[in-house]
Amino acid sequence: MLNIECPHCGARPEHEFRCGGDAHVVRPPLSASGETWAEYLFGHDNPKGDQTERWCHSFGCGLWFNVIRDTVSHEIRAVYPITAQRPEQAA
Amino acid sequence: MSGARRPGGGRIDRNRPLCFSFDGRTLSGFAGDTLASALLANGVDVVGRSFKYHRPRGVFAAGAEEPNAVVQLEIGAYLSPNRVATEIELYEGLVAHSVNAWPSLGFDLYAINDRLSRLLPAGFYYKTFMWPHWHLFEGTIRKAAGLGAAPTQPDPDRYEHRHAHCDVLVIGGGQAGISAARDAAQSGARVMLVEASSELGGRALWAGDAINVDQTENLTILTRTTAFGYYDHNLVAAVEDCSSGVAKERLWKIRAKQVVIATGAIERPLVFPGNDVPGVMLASAVQRYAHGFGVAAGKRVALFGNNDGLFDYATAFEAAGIEIAAILDTRRGEEVIGVKGRKRVRAVQTSRGEIACDLLAVSGGWSPVVHLFSQSGGSISFCDKRQMFVPDKAVQQVRCVGAANGDFDLNTQPWQSRAKGKAFVDLANDVTAADVMLAARENYASVEHLKRYTTLGMGPDQGKTSNVNGLMLMGDATGRTPDAVGTTRFRPPYTPISFGVISGARVGNLMRPRKFLPAHGWHQTLGAVFEDYGWQRPDAYPQAGESLGEAAIREARAVRTSAGLFDASPLGKIEVWGSDAARFLDFIYVGTMSTLNPGRIRYGLMLDENGVIIDDGVAIRLAEDRFLLHTTSGGAERIAAMLDEWLQCEFSGWDVRVLDCTLQWGTVTLSGPNAIEVATALGLPVEALPHMHFRADQLGNVPVRVARVSYTGEATLEISVPARYVKSLLETAAAIAGVTPFGVLALDLLRTEKGYVHVGADTDGMTTPGDIGLGRAIAKKTSDFVGRRSLLRPACAREDRLQLVGLESANALPIGAHIMEGSNAPCPSGGFVTSTCISPTLGRPIALARIREGRARLGETVKLFDLGQIFEAKIVAPCFLDPDGRRLHD
Repeated sequence: MLNIECPHCGARPEHEFRCGGDAHVVRPPLSASGETWAEYLFGHDNPKGDQTERWCHSFGCGLWFNVIRDTVSHEIRAVYPITAQRPEQAA
Repeated sequence: MSGARRPGGGRIDRNRPLCFSFDGRTLSGFAGDTLASALLANGVDVVGRSFKYHRPRGVFAAGAEEPNAVVQLEIGAYLSPNRVATEIELYEGLVAHSVNAWPSLGFDLYAINDRLSRLLPAGFYYKTFMWPHWHLFEGTIRKAAGLGAAPTQPDPDRYEHRHAHCDVLVIGGGQAGISAARDAAQSGARVMLVEASSELGGRALWAGDAINVDQTENLTILTRTTAFGYYDHNLVAAVEDCSSGVAKERLWKIRAKQVVIATGAIERPLVFPGNDVPGVMLASAVQRYAHGFGVAAGKRVALFGNNDGLFDYATAFEAAGIEIAAILDTRRGEEVIGVKGRKRVRAVQTSRGEIACDLLAVSGGWSPVVHLFSQSGGSISFCDKRQMFVPDKAVQQVRCVGAANGDFDLNTQPWQSRAKGKAFVDLANDVTAADVMLAARENYASVEHLKRYTTLGMGPDQGKTSNVNGLMLMGDATGRTPDAVGTTRFRPPYTPISFGVISGARVGNLMRPRKFLPAHGWHQTLGAVFEDYGWQRPDAYPQAGESLGEAAIREARAVRTSAGLFDASPLGKIEVWGSDAARFLDFIYVGTMSTLNPGRIRYGLMLDENGVIIDDGVAIRLAEDRFLLHTTSGGAERIAAMLDEWLQCEFSGWDVRVLDCTLQWGTVTLSGPNAIEVATALGLPVEALPHMHFRADQLGNVPVRVARVSYTGEATLEISVPARYVKSLLETAAAIAGVTPFGVLALDLLRTEKGYVHVGADTDGMTTPGDIGLGRAIAKKTSDFVGRRSLLRPACAREDRLQLVGLESANALPIGAHIMEGSNAPCPSGGFVTSTCISPTLGRPIALARIREGRARLGETVKLFDLGQIFEAKIVAPCFLDPDGRRLHD
């Protein structure tokens, strides 16, 4: 079970949180092509290594925030605001 | 009968004798015994029958790795199957039974399987029992192969869960673990030390000098506690056996900054013909029984091994009064080629000739217990020199110390028997060396395939003594090193754990929190029959002699003819306000909410991004910048969370606030031709409030919100008051003449007559607004909304989608009955019934269904199929009563 650092509440166990899937997904406009819309709905990166995803501290303060998580070790490399760009990080 | 209690020695308390029973025989042992040591002390040779061949099995090991001595512990409600005798501390009155033997341990009819073993090779089931279907054979095979029976009564014991945090968690209280814990504690860290057995000391307790360590303020010691799972971010789960306390077992979830694994090593057997006869044991186990429990496992022992440990064992056995018959060292070319005896070793056949003995102690090297390290994500590698898998790279904050790290040198040499005969690799699952060779020949050479094809390493012991031997044999057969063969993935739990301890206190009434209506007590006084709909809600209020269904019909008729009173408190109530609230709701709802005037109400559907209906309800405009959303009762929390997600993640700059106030406001529904009169009598001037209008009011000092909306088809008022006033409002309203309380069942009858959909019942994960006849208005809307782009897919515009219609039939239709697209079953399904009842108002069966191209087929008669029965029904419009909605407005 992950130990996640909520920006507002501090480190809490995973079961207090909800994972909202990929972070930084841009919602296409109504005029988007079928392919673009399908990619938005069903296309997901599945990297071996760092992945950005958004989490909500749903059984806590309710805050949504972004996380970079290593899909191999499950190490959380960064936690940053939902509106922020993906931070530069050392490889 | 060969095992016996020695006159002295061991860590048992000879002043505290204990009685226990095994297979109905009353036996005795001492405090400090395990069930296994007590059985050996009583001279019990055969403790079970093997899984497949039903050969006699004796105690083989002394710890968690025991493959043979699996028993049923206790009886009745306390029955606990698949327990390992070496891990059960003896107590007064213990009752245990052997498994896999029928009709009895001494005479097992299934032992015929052993004679037929050439017909029962690995993969036998996969090859033989496939025609016509595996399930035809499964019951009989499982009975023959099963490992005991599950209890049939609820578990009367209590279990607990505890969370703990520490700087350093040390797993294993042997020498290495104790010194790691002591060092960490001295540095000031908060340390926890968990040890599976009842005493710290590990091997030193029976093979060296005992060490002591005291619990201090920053060192917590838990004995009888087995760490069984290593999860992400250094979370370790452990089970504490606390039978003497209030709870039977306690599940610890320990989050540690660092973990030290000091779980020691397990001795490996050797694979040779006859190595499963009772009396063949791990040498380390013989030593532990002798010096830890004062039990001589035999009178005359032959030692057989491939490493330097043999000579230490010989010294230890002699000191324990066991006569040494021979020491056979494979490194000198000596080996055992067969074992004489069936229920007990009588002699061993060796390269030096036959040697009479009743005990064969085997040592094939050691395997560090790398299970938890591997579970943590760490890699393991094979060390050629010491012939074992050792921890390699860690990915979490964890290190292995002592024997668990392979920190010993025994000069072990690999050896493989070339002798003919049934040589067992996995005693627990009856997997022989020949089975492994067969798997190799049939190209199940991957270690994961080997496991599944032969069952090697499955079962309660998870191959603790067999995995390494199995993969070495496979390596040999396929010309690969053990490293190249690799191991199967180590997964939790390290040892079997009970379902009880996983559930903890969350059983029965504590399974999950129950939600009660604010006026629950009032419903009880009316004789309500409750059901769990997420909330405990009245299904109906049966009167004397009335069934639940009859009560629902009476209540529904009262709503159609006079006035009904319903506790709708769980109704979702979400307030949304801010200067961007209207714009935001236009995005959330299929309908347009920005054009709604204050004081007005509009029905709305919510979709997900796939265009699928997830909720319906109404939006009420309280003021220019303030809305109140009524969602379905089950959807309130989910929808409020969804609104918040959109606002935080997509529209963070917008001025919108969301507040779920479902619990703060309770709602009382008055419905029926007399509903307005009743409300007036309550002091609410609503005569002039038209359908789909809202008014905020006061009853005395109590704020009241009145929404005129309907889910029954009758003129209806949803009256919301602060939750603590619901009971008095219900009481007052029920006292007015002609008012009948009604429950969820009556509401469902009423809405089905009107064809009002119940999201989740009449809709599913494929249903779009168009499918339920609500797609027409969408084209007029100019702005985007959740799921809109998905509705533009060609698939959503197809005419042959499942569309909501009504069905009329002579007989009541069952929910889930399929519309037949052929004259005889089996045939393709053309849709299915989603709601059904015998209409209390019309007095005949009606149903709602989603049928392929349904709207174009009104008037058509269709056949339906359900559980072998065939029905006939006519497709009609999905509204059976007052299609013009006059009753709503009167």
